[in-house]
Formats: sequence, structure tokens, C-alpha cells
Amino acid sequence: MNPRSIIGHFYPNTKRLRWPLTGTMLLSTSMCMAQTTKTDGWLTSPGVLGTMLLLVVVMFVAMLIISAKVDRILKASKLRRAHAVPIPDEVLMDMAPEQLSEVQHRRRTALLFKLSGNELGGIGPAFDDRALITRSTSEPENPLVDEKIYSGTRLDTPPELRKIVLWYLGAATCWLVFGTLVGQYLGMKFVWPDLDEVSWLSFGRLRPVHTNTVFWGWASLAMIGLGYFVIARTSNTVIHSYKNAWRAWWLINLSVVIGNLCLMAGINNGGGEYREYIWPVSLLFALGLILTFRNFYATVKRRKIPEIYVSNWYILASLVWTIVLATIGYLPWYQNGLGETIIQGYYMHQGVGMWFMTFTLGLIYYYLPSALNKPIYSYSLGVLAFWTQMLFYTLIGTHHFVFSPLPWWMQTVAIVFSVGMFIPVIAGSTNFLMTMRGSWSAIGRSYVLPFFLVGVIYYFVGSSQGSLQAFRFTNHVWHFTDFNVAHSHMTMYGIITFIMWACIYAIVPKITGREPSQMLVGAHFWLAFIGLFAYTVSLMAGGTAKGMAWIEGVPFIETVVNTRGYWTWRAIGGTLMFISHLIFAWNFYTMSRSSTATPAPTHLPTPVTP
Amino acid sequence: MINFHKDHASLVNVALVVFVVLSTGIAVAPANRMQHTDPLPDMPKMTDAQRRGLAVYVSEGCMACHTQQVRNIEMDKTWGSRPSVPSDYHYSKERPNIWQQSPSLLGSERTGPDLTNIGQRQPGAQWHLLHLYDPRMVVKGSIMPRYGWLFEEVDSANVKAGDVVVPIPADRLGGAGRKVIATPEMNDLVAYLISLKQAPLPTGVEPGKFLPSPGADGKAVKMTDADALPDGSAIFSQVCAACHQADGKGLAGAFPPLAGSTIVNDKDPTPMITIVLGGYDARADYGVMPGQAENLTDAQITAVVNHVRSSFGNEAPATTEDVVKGIRFTVSPETALGQ
Repeated sequence: MNPRSIIGHFYPNTKRLRWPLTGTMLLSTSMCMAQTTKTDGWLTSPGVLGTMLLLVVVMFVAMLIISAKVDRILKASKLRRAHAVPIPDEVLMDMAPEQLSEVQHRRRTALLFKLSGNELGGIGPAFDDRALITRSTSEPENPLVDEKIYSGTRLDTPPELRKIVLWYLGAATCWLVFGTLVGQYLGMKFVWPDLDEVSWLSFGRLRPVHTNTVFWGWASLAMIGLGYFVIARTSNTVIHSYKNAWRAWWLINLSVVIGNLCLMAGINNGGGEYREYIWPVSLLFALGLILTFRNFYATVKRRKIPEIYVSNWYILASLVWTIVLATIGYLPWYQNGLGETIIQGYYMHQGVGMWFMTFTLGLIYYYLPSALNKPIYSYSLGVLAFWTQMLFYTLIGTHHFVFSPLPWWMQTVAIVFSVGMFIPVIAGSTNFLMTMRGSWSAIGRSYVLPFFLVGVIYYFVGSSQGSLQAFRFTNHVWHFTDFNVAHSHMTMYGIITFIMWACIYAIVPKITGREPSQMLVGAHFWLAFIGLFAYTVSLMAGGTAKGMAWIEGVPFIETVVNTRGYWTWRAIGGTLMFISHLIFAWNFYTMSRSSTATPAPTHLPTPVTP
Repeated sequence: MINFHKDHASLVNVALVVFVVLSTGIAVAPANRMQHTDPLPDMPKMTDAQRRGLAVYVSEGCMACHTQQVRNIEMDKTWGSRPSVPSDYHYSKERPNIWQQSPSLLGSERTGPDLTNIGQRQPGAQWHLLHLYDPRMVVKGSIMPRYGWLFEEVDSANVKAGDVVVPIPADRLGGAGRKVIATPEMNDLVAYLISLKQAPLPTGVEPGKFLPSPGADGKAVKMTDADALPDGSAIFSQVCAACHQADGKGLAGAFPPLAGSTIVNDKDPTPMITIVLGGYDARADYGVMPGQAENLTDAQITAVVNHVRSSFGNEAPATTEDVVKGIRFTVSPETALGQ
């Protein structure tokens, strides 16, 4: 299989064969990635190296699982040996025959012992002497799905903190619905370009509205809101200044409102992705970040425990880094000519890596162990991931401009450190998966943990796929195609958004005392998950087909026409995702409706730091 | 010894300092170095209209779908004759005013074609105006938005001298006697788009090489233009179909049909090849045909001419590369040397 034969065989027929071929395309793509250019240098080709690296990763995971298994078997057999102490011969010799037959009899009975299976049951009537049961029914609320466990824990939260968390999350939810409505509309424009002819709704103006809204409106506000709870909780103290928390809330929301209006009116900063808001608008956002940082820092400073919990490392650092990033991204003195392009690569990648990813990791380090009610697997791994995140992530921005007129050495550095990103990614995902280990059964019983599991798996898959995408070889096929869009949704949606939801479902019921309908949480989860899958797979397949057609020299317009089917699937996936957001918004509403009675407080231990 | 676990100040400070140092090294310092370029000697300065057009380009977010960079890989040969160099952006990537930064022209997505050389490929303003008014009128499969708000529909009586009238078919207009004229912003945008051409490198400077695209058989995948027998129908849809349409029927009032054309069906291919090489502007009822002498090789012209002469119901005898070569010497002697 080579790209040529795939194109030769499939491409002219894709109009007819597209649907059954989507899977085949992906498969054959991965196969041709393993093959390569010249036979003498094939071992060193990036595609092969990437595939081998992935194999190493898989082997690493397999070895982890195997060593854990072996460890358990060894421990268990040791335990058995310790228990099986035979009666010494001298003792038996001294026994009277009756005694001896008694011993024999007991041993025989013991060997034949079996559990009857109804030890805990009975046929007699049951009494609830201690009033443990509050309600009993023979008709479950959900006839379709398993009943999940309601979290009985209620956290005693200061009303001001509860209010600020809920308002940040509430605003974030509104922006999620608005931002993805815009995204959904844009996705439909690929299939029906003549949907409208209104300047404010044209594709070029609306696209940044979608990205900026979900970045600065949804994810940022959700992260900060969830962060307020973590900072206060893990520092065992109250927030330094609620007033500043509110000020930041207003600044950030204002910046998204004004910024979007500007974009739709055709006022933008120059089209660099994620810095489309002109600087006065972004300044509002930056001020919001500065206020948030000062507030978080002051709260950590007055913590009542000596250690700074690792979550706070990530959260504080992500705020500091993002403030620096915004400054570098907007200062003018080095941004003429290709200077702007270097900063653009740096800015757009760090925006994702230093802000969303770093902050979100901090949130996982608190909410995941707290949802599982056990400590994080390895604190040290969290610290290692922290420093490598800073060292490697900062250097990889130029991988968005491979083969461009930017200096070759910068491209190489970016590619090399993109590979280095495997270290923090593996450290992080191993840490989270090992924390979940032993609690797999809890996942089936909880409506929070599936969101965590999907988020963590996407953290591994999306990030390592991103590293491979940075290679020169893969840039030939994928760069400039729809594959990029699939990658960014795999990460910003699969990782960040799923983790946000996990944290929101984990914490909001505990501070308000109101549970969402499990049926609707399930609907939210599955619609979002299946929608994302349809979205990414269709664009990856479509992007790969397009890239290979470009290499072949197929006329450009033909590749546009041939992608239409994939775009249709993307719009379908997007629709599912959007519907799930409406359900989520409703769930959030039911969880956060103003509760008149303060819930009875019980204390949940903060994660223990080993 | 710093204890990051207990000392919040040093934790935050170290994170800050290391990040600033790394960012300076990987972004700010190289950016500062890269922004100083000289323009290429033969690069024309941007006119005021072109600058205003660039502002419209930025304002409408064209870079969301269009790149402006020819990468140094084989597949990008479609978009320019040489890989882009930093000097190419000398005039266009400048901070325009205090509110906006240098436009992010290189782009990250090719939902639409690269525009580095669009002025070379489509030098006619009329084509651009029609295309921006309704892309699907000239390119059937296009998914580009229509930019109706940059046009005005007026009564013919109100068309002033100097107004640029767009040749929209009458059935698309609000009634008899209506005309569509381009707004000043649209004229600026078109002026900018037509100005997008790769400037030649100074004599003696070798352009960067295009790296071959990897194929599985050990050989680089070759683009059509390097093959012995180029694919005439591919060249037609790449170069010609934008105006003459995929079905060869052209667009009434804008671009003439090739199907059934007397010039195409002439037994002697000379008039047709002359027009392909040198362009044509003899008929007031149609737009200007740009010459393709610089764009296409003799082999490519032979292939596409033969394709047109045997398609769309045309039945003219095939021509040969030698014939094209001979005509090139008279029509465009300056390009004949390179062949």
C-alpha cells in the first residue's frame, strides 16, 4: 500500500464509496505511515519513528499493567505461604487417637466447606431497626439504564464561595451554548455555503467568534470557577478577596462580549488565531487574569497547611504563564514581517498548552482523587509532569509552520520538543489512570467518572497524536487540511471540555445539594462522546484523503468537492455535540437552582498528600 | 535550598523566570531578528488601494481559509514557482495602525487555495469581481461565502462614470435595467488580490529547492508538470476552468465558451496557441484573457490545447509540442529561453 495506489484505487471512486471507505482510509493511512520513502533510510523516517514510539508507549502501558499484575500475584502467594502453617509432627505424635480423629474430622469438614450463597440474605422478614432506609420502591426511576450512586456528601462551603463558583460556571455554560451554536452554524456552511449573505454572519468573521468564545468564554471561566473551589479547599482557608473575584468575572465576560461584537463587525487584530480580539479588548481579559492570579496567590499564601498541594502549582503557574503570554503576544516591537509569524506559532500553542492544559491538569489533580475518594497515585509524577510541561511545551510553537519560510532550526527544535511532550503526557496520564486503577467498578456506578475517563484517555491520545502530527513526514499529508480541525477538537473538546464537565458534575451537587437527573447526564455524556467521535473521525479521514490528493496533484477544487461528504458527517457529529450542550445547560440549571435550605454539611477529606 | 513544596513565592518566581527566559529565546529574540528584511529588488511597493484592500482582506477574515505561503515541498509547486522567502512579506506584513498588528497572512488552513500567486493565476479584475459576488457562478464546487455587502445593485441610470460594473447575468438581478457595481472596498480588495504575485529573486540567487513528497516505492511522487505527458484535463481544471468553466461553456457576458468555438475548432492550431501563450483582449463583450507563457510549459500547453480541442464536442486535430515551441518563439521570445 502506498499513497499513490490508495489514491489510484480509491480516490476517483470516493464519491460513490466514501462511506464504507472512511474506516479503510484511516487504516490504510496508518499502514502507509509505517512504510516510507527510501528503503535505505526508512528506519529513520519520521513516520516509522512515530509508529515505533507509539508502540513503545503501548508496551510501556502493557508493562505497567503486567508488573502490577505480577506484583499482586507475588504478594498474594506470599500471603498464602505465611498463613499455611502445618501442625508440627511432634504435636501429632503426642495426640490420643480420639483427638487425632477429631483433628482429621475438622480438617475434612474445613476442606469441604463452601459458601451457600445466601449468607447475607434470609427468608425471615427484614426490619430496619436503625432507620437506615429512607425510601424503598420496586419501580426504579430509570427503566432503561442502571441507577447510579447518588453522592451523599455535602460540602460545607461558604455562601460567597458557592455563589462565585456557580456564577463563573453559569457564565461559562452560557458561552458554551453560544459558542458551539456558532460552531454548529459554521459547520453547516461547509455543506451549504449559501445559508446566508449577512456580513456579520459570514464565515471569515464568525469563525474566530466560535474559537474565542469557547476559549475565553467557556473553558477559561469554567476553569477559574472550578479553580476557586480548589484553591480555597486545598489551602484550608477562605478566598482572599471575593470582590476581586467578581471584578475578574465582569472583566472576562465583558471582554468576550465586546470582542465578539468587534469580530462580527469586521474589527480584528490581524487574523492571528486566538488573538483576533484587538488589544483593548484583550486587555480586559488580561486584567481579569491578573486579578485572578493575585487572588489565588494571596489565598495560597494564607493557607493553613504547610504544603502547597500540586493542583495549586499548576493553577498558579498557568495564570503566571498566560499573563506573560498575553503580553508577549500583543506587544508590537518584534512583530513585523515573519516576526509576527513566530509569535503567532508560539502564542497559539502556548495558549492551549500553558493556559488550558496546565490549568486543567491542576483541576484533575484535585477533582479526580476527590471524586474517587482516594489520594493521587504519585505526587512526584505530578511534579515531574509540571516541570517538563514548562520546559517542553514552551518550545514547540513553530511546529505550526513546518516547511514555511521560518528558519529551519526553529522548525527542528519545535519538532524535537513536540516529541519531548511524550514525557509530561505519559507522566500525567499514567498518574491519572493509576489513580483510577482499582476503582474501575466505581466508573460504572458513577455519572462523574466516565467524563474523567474520557478526558484522561483523550489527554493521552490527543496529545501524542499531536506530537506525531508535528513530524515533517506527517506535515506533508496533514498540514492545512481538515485534520488540524479534528486534532484541535480532540484536545480542546476531548480533553478540556470533558474534564470541565467531570469537575462540574463532581462539585456542583456537593455544594448545592441538588443532583441532576441521571438520565440526562447519561444523555449528555453519550451524545457528546459519540458526536465528538463522528466529528474527529470524519475530519481525520477527509483530511488524510485531501492531503494525499494534494500530493498527487489532483486539482484543488476537486478535493473541495470530494470532502463534502466528510463535512456532512462533521456537521452531524457537531449537531450531537450541540444537543448535548443544551442538555448540560439544563443539568447545570437543575443543579444550581437557588436552594433555599443550606444542605446539611458533612466533611469530605481533601486528598491526602503522601 | 528552595523547597517548592512549601515556598509559594519561589515556586511562582521560578516558574515565571524560566518561562520568560525560554519564551525570549524561542520566540521574542528570533522574532525580533526575523522582522528585519529587505524587499526583493523587483518587488513593487504596495499602492494605497492595495493597502486598503489588505485591510478588507483582514477584516473579512480571509486568512481563516486562505494561506499565503508556498512551502518548500513538491506539492506546493501548484501555488508558486519557488518557496516563499521572508522578504516576500516585506510590505504586506507591517503593523497597519495602533489598534491592529501585522496581518497574520501565512495562515494555517487551506480550505480554499493558497493566494501567494493569485494575481498571476487570475490577473483579470472581472473574474475576481464575479467570484466575490457569487463564487459558485464561476467555480461550481466552491464553498466560499458570497460577499454581497461589498457590492451595490443600482439602476443603470445611476451608474456614474468610474463605477465598476460587474457583468452579472440579468436573471440574477432585481429587474430590467439594474446593474451591480462594486463598492470602493471591493475594488480595493480586488486590487490587492491582483497584486499578489511572487516577485522574482535577484539574479544569481538560487531559489530554495522543493523537497519531494514521500511515496512508498522509494521514488518521490512527481507532480503532473514534471511528467513526460502532463494530464490536459487536470491542467484545464486547474488553470482554465475558473473562467471557461468545467463544461467549457464559459459565462455569458464574462468569459467566452470554448465548446464550439471557431478558434478552438480551427484545423490550424496557431491562433489558439497564440492566444493561450500571449493572452487576448480583442472583444469588448468578454473579459481579458491573460497569457499563460510564464505559467505553463510547452508540454503543458500542448496537453491542455489537445484536451480542449477534443472535448466539449470540439473535434479539431491534435497538435504537437514542437508546434507550441515554434509559436512561443514569436509570441513570447523572453520565455522561450527557459524552455
